[in-house]
Amino acid sequence: MDEKLSNSLSSQGVWVTSIEALYNWGRSNSLWPLGFGLACCAIEMIAASMARFDISRFGSEVFRPSPRQADLMIVAGTVTKKMAPQVVRLYNQMPEPKYVIAMGACAISGGPFKQGYNVLKGIDRYVPVDIHIPGCPPRPEALLHALITLQKKVASQALRGPGRAPHTKSDVPGEYPIPHFGAHDLEPSSNPEVWRPPVLERKE
Amino acid sequence: METLEQIKTRAEAAVPGAKLAVVANGSAGNPDSLRVDSASAVAVARFLRDDSRLRLDYASNVTGVDWLEKRVSEVVLVKKVVDEVEQEFEQTVERVEPGYMEVVYHLYSMELQQGPVVLRLRTGNRTDDVRVPSLTPVYRGAELQEREVYDLYGIVFEGHPDLRRLLMWPEFLDHPMRRDYVEPDDYEYEPTPHGEVLTKAKGHFPR
Repeated sequence: MDEKLSNSLSSQGVWVTSIEALYNWGRSNSLWPLGFGLACCAIEMIAASMARFDISRFGSEVFRPSPRQADLMIVAGTVTKKMAPQVVRLYNQMPEPKYVIAMGACAISGGPFKQGYNVLKGIDRYVPVDIHIPGCPPRPEALLHALITLQKKVASQALRGPGRAPHTKSDVPGEYPIPHFGAHDLEPSSNPEVWRPPVLERKE
Repeated sequence: METLEQIKTRAEAAVPGAKLAVVANGSAGNPDSLRVDSASAVAVARFLRDDSRLRLDYASNVTGVDWLEKRVSEVVLVKKVVDEVEQEFEQTVERVEPGYMEVVYHLYSMELQQGPVVLRLRTGNRTDDVRVPSLTPVYRGAELQEREVYDLYGIVFEGHPDLRRLLMWPEFLDHPMRRDYVEPDDYEYEPTPHGEVLTKAKGHFPR
């Protein structure tokens, strides 16, 4: 739409937009989190939802207790191997379109407890993560920055064309296989369709 | 509070057949501990809890220790006949002390504000003889901690009301805090590996 035409129309009281802009505006400014606080990062998430760093100004007013009503999962804290199948199960129960924020070093890659016998080295082994927040723990402002970045990402998702939002494509899976408990480790230890680490090229 | 030797004497008098030993440990942060044999452990614990001068009613920490087998080489004087003359020679003898596992209890008294008294229970070996009596009937606070020791070390507590794994899942087979635990190999990308991680990296990415 031509800029001058839309400006002149809006000064007359006629507001012109596209369905895509309206849809994405509604989605991005009302992301309801499923607050998945597991460890210390949960305290920072709670701090972000309290009065000083108010997260409800960005639309995340209500932290839904049920995954069926949430569209953003903030994985805050260390994901243990015992908890990992439940995290994937909750992700599967969220309706599309859904987003995941990995908050803190532990959710990104295992963090300071990476050598632990029960620590999953990053939730992005089983579930696709949109935003990673480094920090141990990240400050509440960092969580808000991540939320704003996610809002921009959601607002820029097209609804048509080859580069459109993944939840509109029929071949992108909405649910991911849940790992089960093996004798020595989770089986499988990671989901190869979700997690593809970079290959190391060494100069000898 | 009285010394460990005094506690040992009184416990041996109160519980007939108890075999106690004081395990020296050295520093102020590591107090000497009292090693109890498995047959009389519950009776000794009940004495420690109910005795009017001790009243150790709070088991603040229960943990396990894995002692691997030790190779000890000693110098021994051996008498040998050389050239029809009996002489003494020095000979180094190597022996292997078998490994075992221990359960360590830290006991405090809330009533008399004293403590700690450190109690040790020793298993037979590290492989099959790993049963010790549970002190949960005496100290309720030891219930979950003994479950954790069972989970991480494999020490089986007889008389525990609900002995199952606490931190790991029930189908898990290993005991992670043992010295010979091998972690599952799920190496991932490391930007600047060196040392052990470099050998792992070379195994996964030979290029």
